[in-house]
Amino acid sequence: MSETVQPESTRNPWLTLAAWRGIFRDRPMIPLLALLVLLVLASQLVRPGMVSPGWAGVIIRASIPLAILAGCQTLTMLTGGIDLSVGAVASMAGFVTATLVHGPGGVPVAIAVALSASALAGLLNGIGIGVFRVHPLIMTLGMGLVVLGFANVWQLQTVQTGTGVPEGIRWLGSQLFAGVLPFSLLVFVPLAALILVGLWRTGYGRLLYAIGDNPIAARLSGARSWQVIIVLYVVSALLAGIAGLLILGLTNIASVRLADSYVLPSVAAAVIGGTSIMGGRGGYGGTIVGALILTVLTSLISALGFPEAARQILFGAIIVAVAAAYTRVTSES
Amino acid sequence: MTASAAPVDAVRARPVDVLGSWARHNAWAIGLLGFLALLLAYTKLIQPSYGVAGVQGLAISALPLALAAVAQAIVVISGGIDLSIGSMMALTSVVAAVLMKGQPEEFGVVVVVAVVLLGLFLGAVNGSLVVLTRVPDIVVTLAMSFVWAGCALLVLQSPGGAATKWLKDLILGSLGSAWVPKAAVVLIVIVALVWIPVRRSRFGLSLYAIGSNRPAAFRSGVSVGRTRILAYMLMGGFTALAGLSLIASTGIGTPVPGPYTLMSVAAVVLGGVSLAGGRGGVFGPIVGVVILQIIRTDMTFLNVDPNMAVVAQGVILIGVVMVGSLVQLRRSRA
Repeated sequence: MSETVQPESTRNPWLTLAAWRGIFRDRPMIPLLALLVLLVLASQLVRPGMVSPGWAGVIIRASIPLAILAGCQTLTMLTGGIDLSVGAVASMAGFVTATLVHGPGGVPVAIAVALSASALAGLLNGIGIGVFRVHPLIMTLGMGLVVLGFANVWQLQTVQTGTGVPEGIRWLGSQLFAGVLPFSLLVFVPLAALILVGLWRTGYGRLLYAIGDNPIAARLSGARSWQVIIVLYVVSALLAGIAGLLILGLTNIASVRLADSYVLPSVAAAVIGGTSIMGGRGGYGGTIVGALILTVLTSLISALGFPEAARQILFGAIIVAVAAAYTRVTSES
Repeated sequence: MTASAAPVDAVRARPVDVLGSWARHNAWAIGLLGFLALLLAYTKLIQPSYGVAGVQGLAISALPLALAAVAQAIVVISGGIDLSIGSMMALTSVVAAVLMKGQPEEFGVVVVVAVVLLGLFLGAVNGSLVVLTRVPDIVVTLAMSFVWAGCALLVLQSPGGAATKWLKDLILGSLGSAWVPKAAVVLIVIVALVWIPVRRSRFGLSLYAIGSNRPAAFRSGVSVGRTRILAYMLMGGFTALAGLSLIASTGIGTPVPGPYTLMSVAAVVLGGVSLAGGRGGVFGPIVGVVILQIIRTDMTFLNVDPNMAVVAQGVILIGVVMVGSLVQLRRSRA
C-alpha cells in the first residue's frame, strides 16, 4: 500500500484511500445509501418523471418480501450458514394458505397451518445443521427439494378444492395507503424492529455473532450452539413463511414455485448489505438497503428496456464486485 | 489428517500397509459398488424385463450428470465448490446447439473443440474471480450462476438449435456387446484420458494438497492461486463436455439450467469426496451418479408419485451428507 509510505498527517484525511476504506468498513450504511441515491437519480435521468411518491411506494412494496427473505440470509449468514430453502418454504406457505382458505376455519387456520409447516421445515434444517453438522448449503438445498416435493403432492391432493387468495392478505400485500405507503409495512416494520433489536440488544443476537465469528470460542464460553442453530433456522423459516404470505398477496397467484425467483436476490441483498457469508460480521440495516438497491436496480433495468438476461448478468456481476470490495476493505485493516 | 496425505504415504509404505491402506481409503468406493450391485439386483427383482434397454437408457441419462459430477469433484477436492455448473452446462450446450444447427457434420468437430475451450475459459473466469477477489467460492460461483444463465438466455431465448448427427451417434447405441453402452465407454475413456494423467502429475498432487491443508501446501511451495484456477479450468472443461452430452442426448439446446448443480454436489458427497476438500476421487462420484439414477428409475417402476421422487432426492442428498459428516466426526475423534 503506497499510503503507508507517507506520514498520514501530511495528507488530507478525506483524500486518502485508507480513510475511505475506514468509512466503507466502519459505516457501510453511508456508501450503501449513496449508491441507493445514485440509482434513484439514474432512474430519474433515464426516464424523467419516473421518480414520484407513487413510484417510491411501489418500490418499497416490492422490496419488502425481498427484505424479509434477505433477513433469513442475514441471520443465517451471521453464523456462517445460509438458508437456500427460503424460496420453497415461502412458496409452500403461500400455496398452502391459498388452498386452505375455503376449508374449515378459514383464513386464520390456513395461515396457522402454513406457518406451522414452515416452522417444521426450519426445525428439520436446524436439527440437520446444528446436531448432525450437515453443511447448511446442502441441508437447506435438500430441504428445499423436500418442501417443493410435498407442496407438489399437496397440489395434486387439492386440485378439486381450488385456490383463493384471502382478501386480507391481498390488501396487506398489494394495497398502498394514500397511494404511497404499502400496507405490508404493517408487517415489515415490527419484524425489522424485532430483528434489529434482537441482533443488537439481546444475548441471542450476540450468540449468533459469536458462533459465526469463532464457533470453538463460543462453545468454550458456554454457548450451546446446536440450540442456537435450531432456533435460528426455525426463525428463518417462519420469516420465509411470512414473506410467502406477502408475496401471495402481492402477486395474487397461488403457485408452488411462487418465490423461487427471490432466493438468489435474497442472498445478493444480504451480501450487498455487508453481511459476510463467513459469519460474524454484518447486520440487518444494511440488508434492508441492499434489498432496496436491488429493487430500484431491477426497475431501472426494465425502464431501460433490457431483457431479463441482462438483469441476471448484472445481478451476478454486482454480487461479485460488492463482495470483493467488502473482502478488500475488511481484510487489509 | 493422515488419510488425506495418503497419495504420498502409500508410495513409501510397506506392501502390507499399502494393501490395508488401499482397502481403507477405498472402503467407501467398495461399499458403493456393493450398494450399486444390490440396487441393480433389486431393480431386476421388481422389473424382470429390466435388461439391455434399461442399461442403455441408464448410461445415456447418467452421462451428463456423471460428467458434471466429475467436474464438481475436481473443484471440491481442491477445497472449493462450484454452484454455477448447471448454468455453465446450459450456456455451453446452447452455444453448441446454435453453432451446430444447419452446419455440415465436419463443422461439428470444430464446434466441439470450441465449446470445450469455452468451458475452460468459463472455468478460468470463475477460478480467477475466486482467487483474485478472495471472496468465498460459494458466493462467487452462486453469483456467476446468474451470469452464465443470463448469457445462455442471450444466446438462445427458448429451447432450439440442433446437435450434429455424429455427436448423437457417439453416445447412442452400444459397442460390441449390447451390454456395453457407448455412453459408458465414452465416459470412461474421457475420464481415464484426462483424470489419470492429472492425478499422477505434480498438479494432481497440488490439487489434493491445497484441498487438504492450504497453508501447509503454500509453505511446501505449491502455487495455491494457480492450482485453484487450474482446478476451476478443468472443471469448466468437464462441464462443457457435460453440456455437449446434454445436447447429444436430447438433440436440442435448452437455455434454462437443469438440476445439475445440486445433483452434482449430491453425487460428489455420495461418491466419498469430502466437502472440506483434499479427500476422494472422481470414480466414486460417477458410481454415485449411477446410483442416484437407478433410484430414480426404480421409483418409476414402483409407481411412486414423481413429486415424492423429488422429496426422495432431497432426503437422499441430506441423508448422504449426514452420514458422511458423522463418519468424519468419528474419524476426527478417533
